Amino acid sequence: MEWILAIVSGFIFACTLYLMLSRNLLRFVFGLSLLTNAGNLVIFTAGRVTRAAPPLIEEGATTAAATTANPLPQALILTAIVIGFGLLVFSIVLAYRNFEEMNTMDPDSIRVAEPLDETDKDAGDVRIEGAEVRT
Amino acid sequence: MSWLLLSPMLIPFLGASVAFLAWNRPRFGQVVGVVSAVLLLITSVALLLDVHANGIRVVQAANWEAPFGISFVADHLSAIMVVLTAIIGLATIVYSLFDINRERTYYGYYPLLLTLLFGVNGAFLTGDLFNLYVWFEVLLLASFVLMSLGGTRPQLDGTLKYVFINLLASALLLVAIGLTYGMTGTLNMADLAVKLPLVENSGLVTAVATMFLIAFGIKAGIFPLFAWLPASYHTPPVAVSAIFAGLLTKVGVYTLIRAFTLLFTQDVGYTHQLLLWAAGLTMLTGVLGAAAQFEIRRILSWHIISQIGYMIMGLALYTPLALVGAVFYITHHIIVKANLFFVGGIIKRLTGSFELEETGGLYKASPLLAVLFLIPAFSLAGFPPLSGFWPKYILFRAGLEVESYLIVAVALITGILTTFSMTKIWAQAFWKGTPEGAARPVRGSRFRELRALYLPVMFLAGITIVIGVYAQPFLELAQASAAELLDSRAYVESVLGEGAYDPVLALTGSELGVAP
Repeated sequence: MEWILAIVSGFIFACTLYLMLSRNLLRFVFGLSLLTNAGNLVIFTAGRVTRAAPPLIEEGATTAAATTANPLPQALILTAIVIGFGLLVFSIVLAYRNFEEMNTMDPDSIRVAEPLDETDKDAGDVRIEGAEVRT
Repeated sequence: MSWLLLSPMLIPFLGASVAFLAWNRPRFGQVVGVVSAVLLLITSVALLLDVHANGIRVVQAANWEAPFGISFVADHLSAIMVVLTAIIGLATIVYSLFDINRERTYYGYYPLLLTLLFGVNGAFLTGDLFNLYVWFEVLLLASFVLMSLGGTRPQLDGTLKYVFINLLASALLLVAIGLTYGMTGTLNMADLAVKLPLVENSGLVTAVATMFLIAFGIKAGIFPLFAWLPASYHTPPVAVSAIFAGLLTKVGVYTLIRAFTLLFTQDVGYTHQLLLWAAGLTMLTGVLGAAAQFEIRRILSWHIISQIGYMIMGLALYTPLALVGAVFYITHHIIVKANLFFVGGIIKRLTGSFELEETGGLYKASPLLAVLFLIPAFSLAGFPPLSGFWPKYILFRAGLEVESYLIVAVALITGILTTFSMTKIWAQAFWKGTPEGAARPVRGSRFRELRALYLPVMFLAGITIVIGVYAQPFLELAQASAAELLDSRAYVESVLGEGAYDPVLALTGSELGVAP
């Protein structure tokens, strides 16, 4: 079983890299969502895939009766999924806000923070001046 | 006793919760921020004193015995980092009282800042690899929002690059942690220190070590993984830039030091050689990048990178003296770098611009600010008797002792070029007269009006002078941390109990057959 999962996660990593190398922000975000999933699959595989009972202990007993599956990777993955979801939502909103402000999805053409010449810089200054309100 | 160790996490967490609940009362958020930062400073100094007096302190979360539960460990390095976090946290919060506008305060600036401190302290104190990943995410999410808060166009651009490269690093870290778990069946760092040397497939261990190196390297901003840093660090308000510049990359450096002293020391010839090359190239590219810039915050951002090189150099040389230098360098750097950003913010307030071309005449108008700039600037360049001199001296000496002449030469050149950048700011902003087309005429120091900005600067400049003139206690702390870092036995045995480190000792053959 493990070798199938290893190949699958490797394939997902390849897809992720392909998407992330794209010059479209949206594809990058898609790549990001795949990337955490590929990582989760690696953790799952690294925890060894076994045919065993769920890690539940009978009432009254102190140890599990049969060999149980490893619950730890699942706990780790659960945590990672939640975190990954939060980060994904943030990056989607960030990409959208960038699109709203800059009118482009090509990160290479967004040069407001590191202007190549004066015109880029002036484009960025417009809103800073307006936003400067002190307490 | 356990409360003392957990308080650097609990205080900012409670502060952030209270401040979030009262989000619509900005003034209350400011008060909570200042109070939490002061409490944090007191407890973290107490923790450092406790660690220094009684050795490594350990708390097992919910009393689950290690390695089954999550351990929190405070050794010298962790405790020093926690104290530095508290110092910078306090300085930043006081600076923010004036620097952060009402709009940003209203959108939760202070709770977010406290959440950031919460995450940073957690990362410094945890003794569990997966838990470290979680702390990284806590501090990253807080930093993402802090960086984009306000939503100006440069901020959105900078945040885009900062967020995406950091998410990539986090995913890589997650995969590396998964593979480590697959090899050893444990995630407790002390347990890993025992089990990793026993893994038979040493090639896989080195491969995973390289993954950690890249993941932490992106967060620390080492060559060639630093491009996100100069693209983003100058975009948010100065207070945010300062705390990022002081703390965040140093979390990466701390984890690098932790990983490559405690966990991955099996193939030092490969991993630490790689680190040494990265260190030299980081120093050079950082300082050359700074030389090409004429905007104060961007010069300082590039200098963060070059300074990271010195710390990595200390780790890469991997001798007792070099590690002393690295720890000392971090101590000095966090204070000085945040302070330079703070001074940059005051320059902007007085002259109306961050561009060196448009500033000038500050020496005449504000001798106070000139002195306050010279202290951290010359300290960064490594002039005695300021704090930057000692760690540089120690690192050079450590390099010469192991005959790594090339890295010492690179470090010296970097030092000279750092002086060049600092004198560039000095000559342009302070020495020359007010230029044509300046944004506004400079009218004195405006100390009364800007006192919330001046006080943190004076506080940090004072610490810089104290470290420089009275270096002995700081050197002792750095020596104690280096001793703990080089000999993992104390760390492992305080977490897992007596005799837990014996399998490794038996393997290396240094203390064969000694019964626990």
